[in-house]
Amino acid sequence: MKKNRFLFILVLTILSAFTVWVLWFMVMGALTPKDELLATISPALQEQSAQKSTWCFLPSWPTLQPLAELLLDTPVFFTMFWNGCKLAAPQILGQFLIAAPAAWVFSKIPFPGRKLLYMVYLVLMVLPFQITMVPNYLVLDKLGLMDTPMAVILPGVFSSFPVFIMKKGYDSIPNELLEAAALDGAGPLRSFVSIGLPLGMPGILSALVLGGIEAWNAIEQPMMFLKSTSNWPLSLYLSEITVDDLGLAMVASLMMLAPPLLLFLVGQKYLEQGIGLSISSSSNS
Amino acid sequence: MRHHIHHVHPRYKKRPWSQNQQTFAAALLLLSPSLVGVILFYLLPFVEVVRRSFTDAMGRRFVGLANYQAVWQNNAFRIATANTVKFVGICIPLLLGTSLALALLIRAAGPKSRPFRSVFLLPMVIPVASMVLLWKVLFAKAGLVNTLLDIANIEPVDFMGTNAAFWVLIATYLWKNSGYDMILWIAGLDRIPVAQYEAASVDGANGWQMFWAITWPGIQPTLALTALLSLINSFKVFREAYLVAGAYPHQSMYLLQHLFNNWFLNLELGRITAAATLVVLVLLAVAGIILMIWRHIKNI
Repeated sequence: MKKNRFLFILVLTILSAFTVWVLWFMVMGALTPKDELLATISPALQEQSAQKSTWCFLPSWPTLQPLAELLLDTPVFFTMFWNGCKLAAPQILGQFLIAAPAAWVFSKIPFPGRKLLYMVYLVLMVLPFQITMVPNYLVLDKLGLMDTPMAVILPGVFSSFPVFIMKKGYDSIPNELLEAAALDGAGPLRSFVSIGLPLGMPGILSALVLGGIEAWNAIEQPMMFLKSTSNWPLSLYLSEITVDDLGLAMVASLMMLAPPLLLFLVGQKYLEQGIGLSISSSSNS
Repeated sequence: MRHHIHHVHPRYKKRPWSQNQQTFAAALLLLSPSLVGVILFYLLPFVEVVRRSFTDAMGRRFVGLANYQAVWQNNAFRIATANTVKFVGICIPLLLGTSLALALLIRAAGPKSRPFRSVFLLPMVIPVASMVLLWKVLFAKAGLVNTLLDIANIEPVDFMGTNAAFWVLIATYLWKNSGYDMILWIAGLDRIPVAQYEAASVDGANGWQMFWAITWPGIQPTLALTALLSLINSFKVFREAYLVAGAYPHQSMYLLQHLFNNWFLNLELGRITAAATLVVLVLLAVAGIILMIWRHIKNI
């Protein structure tokens, strides 16, 4: 048994190289001087190349110069980083304000037709963005919101995915607790605020972390609904960088990764717990 | 009123009427912001989408099934549909299998394997835009993977220009989602009572017998939910495909998402509304069938 465990850990270590290497590549890439990048990996990015790409475990002359260049000489980077925040933060806040109470109803307050309505939410959740963008576009166009940050924020706020995850979190709260609260005279609103919110927090937080990652990551939404580049988030800026700015691209990629990575490191306990919750309660609803 | 109360959850049957009314008012209050948004941004405009699928691009003149005919006869639509179905059909079973194996491995490896959960969850956090450069560096003709193949004396592969592109996309999907699904599986596996395994091992069952007799039936509800979330995530590979290979990638990875994207940018509203209606109808039909034959999904 002990021997087996060691073997399993070994296999896991080998497998985890796939994810750790990517992180390593990005961090080291950001510390590598430009001419070294050009010599090692740029052949891959050119149409015709006689050379092959290579890669070194460590840069031969680590430097912070690309980072300094990005932070000091690239104002557009800050604008787009900030644009990304302006799109993602309201979505997270909106999802909390709107999905958290709605999910409570789907989990704990039965009414006629609730199951059918929930099915509608589920179907909307499964539809890919490329399908919902058509109805979204029709409304945004009619409301005159196209090309404004609201065009990305509002459809995101009313996404049904956080409702689903939060409901899963609430489902694990025992009904007896609510019945006891009701006997003590707590109304349905009161039990949502004093029982649902605190006990459903792992589910809520994991939905918000997932929603935040999703919003920060968004490519299609801003690409389709934001015409003017002045509103573009960092995710679109990165896809526009060319080989000539290889060093810059490396650092910018790492900066793009930084916020979700921090969020992940801080919230991973809740995230894992919350993802797990969506399973553990699926049998008693 | 009797008739009305009949439909209400048993928990509320014995309550006085006013309390029921209070509950209903609370439900309305909590649910309506979300409901209004969903109706305004998704449901109502979808009615308009269906209406427009029967009209010309301006949405004025009724053209019958002309849009549907155009979509059906469109070659790109057929290729994209075939690719998307193939992609979903291959990647979801592969992902479910891989992540279940990972979950079993982690559990078997004992408490020391805890950090690996986070390590495997990492790819979910890494933004697509950050990955693009690495993707290109890995899979270009003169890329790192080909350098490796060269060292191993294997012919280089043109990953992005041949049918290999499809498999690169599958690999990306697996890499990105294995950790998330693994966490789901672990939670599902934790729910199976240990006593069942102990009883089976007293009876002399081996690992495989225990898996098929205890684990497999025990994880059915998890399977339903994990498959659903995997499906949702499978549509998101478009980002990787688009950022790396552009709006018109190699034919083997041209997905329905590409098609919708391109039609939308060309403002072909007639076709896109018809195609969207078709896709939703097909999804609803498939969901209905699954719901009928697979009772576990009801718990979702």
